[in-house]
Amino acid sequence: MRHLLSTADLAHDDAVDLLDVAEEMTQVAEREVKKIPVLRGRTVVNLFFEDSTRTRLSFEAAAKRLSADVINFSAKGSSVSKGESLQDTIQTLSAMGADAVVVRHSGSGTPQRMATSGWIDVPILNAGDGTHEHPTQALLDAFTLRRVLAGAPASGPAEGARGRDLSGATVAIVGDVLHSRVARSNVHLLTALGARVVLVGPPTLMPWGVDAWPAEVFYDLDEALAAHSFDAVMMLRVQLERMHQSFFPNPREYTRLWGLTEQRWRALPEHTAIMHPGPMNRGFEISAAAADSPRAVILDQVENGVAVRMAALYRLLIGTDSEGRP
Amino acid sequence: MKNRTVLDAAEISRAISRIAHEVLESNKGADDLVVLGIPSRGVPLAVRLAEKIAAIEPGTDAAAITGSLDITMYRDDLRTRRLRSPAPTRIPAAGVDGRTVVLVDDVLFSGRTIRAALDALADLGRPSAVRLAVLVDRGHRSLPIRADHVGKNLPTAVDERVSVSVAEIDGEDAVTISSAEEE
Repeated sequence: MRHLLSTADLAHDDAVDLLDVAEEMTQVAEREVKKIPVLRGRTVVNLFFEDSTRTRLSFEAAAKRLSADVINFSAKGSSVSKGESLQDTIQTLSAMGADAVVVRHSGSGTPQRMATSGWIDVPILNAGDGTHEHPTQALLDAFTLRRVLAGAPASGPAEGARGRDLSGATVAIVGDVLHSRVARSNVHLLTALGARVVLVGPPTLMPWGVDAWPAEVFYDLDEALAAHSFDAVMMLRVQLERMHQSFFPNPREYTRLWGLTEQRWRALPEHTAIMHPGPMNRGFEISAAAADSPRAVILDQVENGVAVRMAALYRLLIGTDSEGRP
Repeated sequence: MKNRTVLDAAEISRAISRIAHEVLESNKGADDLVVLGIPSRGVPLAVRLAEKIAAIEPGTDAAAITGSLDITMYRDDLRTRRLRSPAPTRIPAAGVDGRTVVLVDDVLFSGRTIRAALDALADLGRPSAVRLAVLVDRGHRSLPIRADHVGKNLPTAVDERVSVSVAEIDGEDAVTISSAEEE
């Protein structure tokens, strides 16, 4: 594995292996010294062209727990606002000696472009590109889900989940699938790990060609909830910044038809975990009752994000020399 | 290739029994002992050592003093060697602070594994003492490290291979030397 651009590149065994490495990484946070020296002397650049709180902090914490030096770049306040091209920004980072680049960009395919352009020759980690993919989010979702299925605590060091995949699990991904890179990455990864994925949302927010995805599609949430006993229901954020009030009549109607309201949450089976990639629009796609319930693993997802990103950095940077070659 | 068995199952068992007595003698009992195996073959050896210790010192709970210490993340050749997956680290609930930790490994060779283990241990806490028990010491150290308890000292040539098999992993107990081509 040279880059982490898409979960479609991850085969079943690679994904299980990565989650197993992440299991080891959960222990680091509990130790006297919350750091391991594996990336000592390496520099990881967080290149964020788009706003982010948890992903950037999570990648930064992950790199620091591996003893790497971290350089944070955000497009706001940089030469990008003076009109610097992506190529020049990347070549500048390359000249400064970055050993890995974590990139978030509103343009789908930007990480792929960086990985194949020849502008820089180090591992590239996709931290979310447009409406394309967000592989580490899918990995942390799979990690959390695997813990839930194993009956283990959803976060922190625990036994029981190591070596397992997600076979037998049924997961609903509800909401704005069209704009969701989280949904795309999850469909690839969860199905590769053996889970059954059910997509639910308004027809206007389903991507073109969704019939060809390895997932069952429902346009009615109540119908989907009646048809399956879900192990987890993942509510997607309605991405108001990517749409212009043209995909559904009004927010109240969206909440009524596709939101995880308190009523729908109460009707769920006891074992169904509630997931959300964050940030949540409380009262819109998810009710406070569901988000704050004991079955919600939303904060566990955030906690697991650090371990999963440590595992991804470890996998990409270890066993390669400073030039990034194996 | 020529294979020669240098220790069989009974000899390995006797060596571990002797080490158990030595550990108890130097520690003056089993109080505050923690036995940590280094994956992979150090772990079953640590379990056996702790069981022998518990058999000699009544009132010792073997499972409660045994653990494993993975050193993958502390290796000094992480950049150059092929990727390795880390093995689990399991520290007994009571921790290592102020206790005597006995590290257990199968073969002591260059000493680099033990160097890494000492670094890993320092990040977990502060033991009052660290001892090293190995089944085989084959010499050729590249670091100033020595074992406190040795099952068998085995003079070897650098190009010979010493392999330790344990029943828990390999189905049988044996220590063999395979030498490079002769004649």
